[in-house]
Amino acid sequence: MATDRTAGLDTRATPGSSGAGEPPHELARAPLQRPIESELDAPLPSKRMTVNLGPSHPAMHGVTRAVVELDGENIVEMKLDIGFLHRGFEKSCENVTWTQVFPYTDRLNYVSSIMNNVGFALAVEKLARLDVPERAKWLRVATSEIHRICDHLTLIGAMGMELGAMTVFLYCIEARDLLWDRLAELCGARLTSNYARIGGVARDTPDGWIEKTRRSLERTRELLDEVDGLLTRNRIFMDRTLGTGKVTREDAIDLGFTGPCLRASGEPFDIRKASPYLTYDRVDFDVPVGSNGDNFDRYLMRVEETRQSLHILEQCWKQMEPGEIIVADFKYALPPKPLVYGTIEGVMAHFKLIMEGIQVPAGEAYSYTEAANGELGFYVVSDGGGRPYKLGLRAPGWPMLAALPHMTRGALLSDLVPTFDSINMIGGEVEQ
Amino acid sequence: MSKAVIDALVGRFPDAVYEPYVGVGGDDCAFVRKERIEEVCRHLKTEPAMRFDLAPYITAVDYLGQDPRFEVVYNLLSIPNNARVRLRVKVPEGDAVVPSVSSVWRGADWFERYCFDMYGIRFTGHPDMRRLLMYDEFVGHPLRKDYPLRGRQPLVVEREVRDIYRGPGPATRD
Amino acid sequence: MASDIDVVPALTTRRDEAQGFFQGLLSKGLGWARKYSLFQYPFVTACCGMEYMTVASARYDLDRFGAALPRFSPRQADLLMVVGTVNCKQAPILQRIYEQMAEPKWVIAFGVCASSGGFYDNYATVQGIDRIVPVDVYIPGCPPRPEQVLDGIMLLQKKIQDQAHDLVETRRLPVLGQER
Repeated sequence: MATDRTAGLDTRATPGSSGAGEPPHELARAPLQRPIESELDAPLPSKRMTVNLGPSHPAMHGVTRAVVELDGENIVEMKLDIGFLHRGFEKSCENVTWTQVFPYTDRLNYVSSIMNNVGFALAVEKLARLDVPERAKWLRVATSEIHRICDHLTLIGAMGMELGAMTVFLYCIEARDLLWDRLAELCGARLTSNYARIGGVARDTPDGWIEKTRRSLERTRELLDEVDGLLTRNRIFMDRTLGTGKVTREDAIDLGFTGPCLRASGEPFDIRKASPYLTYDRVDFDVPVGSNGDNFDRYLMRVEETRQSLHILEQCWKQMEPGEIIVADFKYALPPKPLVYGTIEGVMAHFKLIMEGIQVPAGEAYSYTEAANGELGFYVVSDGGGRPYKLGLRAPGWPMLAALPHMTRGALLSDLVPTFDSINMIGGEVEQ
Repeated sequence: MSKAVIDALVGRFPDAVYEPYVGVGGDDCAFVRKERIEEVCRHLKTEPAMRFDLAPYITAVDYLGQDPRFEVVYNLLSIPNNARVRLRVKVPEGDAVVPSVSSVWRGADWFERYCFDMYGIRFTGHPDMRRLLMYDEFVGHPLRKDYPLRGRQPLVVEREVRDIYRGPGPATRD
Repeated sequence: MASDIDVVPALTTRRDEAQGFFQGLLSKGLGWARKYSLFQYPFVTACCGMEYMTVASARYDLDRFGAALPRFSPRQADLLMVVGTVNCKQAPILQRIYEQMAEPKWVIAFGVCASSGGFYDNYATVQGIDRIVPVDVYIPGCPPRPEQVLDGIMLLQKKIQDQAHDLVETRRLPVLGQER
């Protein structure tokens, strides 16, 4: 039933996008024909409706365009069109020195940026065969866990807000703000921390920081308990999240899920237990595993993992000893300022590191850590120079986003919202 | 454990899998011939002793100046055996077509679309071989080494704005 | 009412902009009303979105400036806050949303990526949204601290107060892309 109204009309909902492969414009298609047994029983002829959940949409997940084909209120097919936040991370990183890559990695998963920093640092240290001092390892673990808590709090808050529970959002943001204040004292920035360096971390904790952080974490625990009480046994929340967005264990593995979403589907795989890195073999924590693989399970995973992270942090504060925070090798770490200003070798080492970058030996390595959302992998190729030759990022949210059409097939349109929330797609890392 | 996997692979596919090596940090890697990659991956997934059921990361690298120019890298994980393996497939520039492994692991399909979008390597047997992140009107493949860093292709007519000083070096560096 | 400083010719007589006494009072009144009831359209893309969430939350409250309620439809909004990086694929969407907003409208470039492209000087990123839409206030920072954002909002409020408002707009509006 193509009419003249479509002539000259740009029927792509988003000009300039590669399109979601969506079906042609509604006016150009004939309505569905169904056989009619008797006139009284004849169903009303219906057409499928295509709804565009555009790239600028209120759920603050970054920019993803979803073209949803609806039959009434049920989603028949959903197609995704991404790339609206592609910022050229890989290409930018090929043109800066190894240390200058850290701010770019910050902005990948911007709610838990220290984990990106640490992941990248571990990849380069694997290639350079560097071993990091003890205190640096503990600091990396502690700050990673703090940012894991921030990530989970953001997800719980956003999920609550989008299902109508505005208060939960405010409580989670309050808790996140407290932790960001502590991290601002440590790293210099609330959000994009730029904390890890190749060979260690950037700076040591200020005086009294650990005590303040302990108090902030106590307050976080209180807020988490309140949020838990508000949401977990909440009738509306449970109605909307139980049974929606189900993914079976086999499907989850086949689709490439890792992290909390995989564990919610029943597969107990956590990189911190399977291949421990840094000091995760010296802390004791449980790995929660879900059973249903639906949105409620994914939400519960986040709550439980936050509690486990709080437990890990208590052990970190007890076990952390004073010491060096970066390797003493001036080929990788900047010399301390008295040496830079006082000795020729210090000046030369400083100059070479800043101007040419760290000379990482040639080769390639893939290193993986357990970020808040799953396996965060960095595939690093070096040609022996001061700049990366290739820096590939394995975003934890990538397979979950790719599997969204699978998760929402046959579901109601309103189930799309908690499903999209619970997979924790962060635009910065998925679209690099 | 992964070393045993590589050795078994070399034994089973002596003509397809060549040059196994142990990379830095103990990664077990091997090169695989381009035409046989799907067969090798299917064997890795279905063989009871191996069971590489998850493909966490598939990417491509552009070694400009070398021949073959591209390389597609498959990082694989076996959850039951907690083993990882890396397969590298050399792809020449003139014949940048590789069999797709999206029928082996469904999660591989977006990775292959990314490789096509950024490097121009096509995958046969892929259900939906289209660009993923860049827009249709974009000409070229950005992550290739000969694509300029600042090669912007704007979609809208940009307003006249006085440009700020961006520092030394040509505007289209790299 | 967005910033059209770029298109106004350099020589303008004050007579064109002269307002009578009552018109001036009306303008100040309308300015006061408009600045304290900003309906924002948060065009959130990236990391600055996290700081936007913080600014809108309890501690750094945006509600006390009257700008609390985000309107998720451009037809109902008058402040377009572009939060985060805008890349070449997103540019037509930003332009379309700007065009859908009704006058009077203002644009805030939140974050350094929206102001000038940030450190993403590459093939994918638009080097500042002022290449696409006219911007009133730039809030740099990566991401800006919430206090900076509040300062930017206050700057915008001062700008709105000082603009010439009228009950009935008789000027022809500039159409993007055809300004030259």
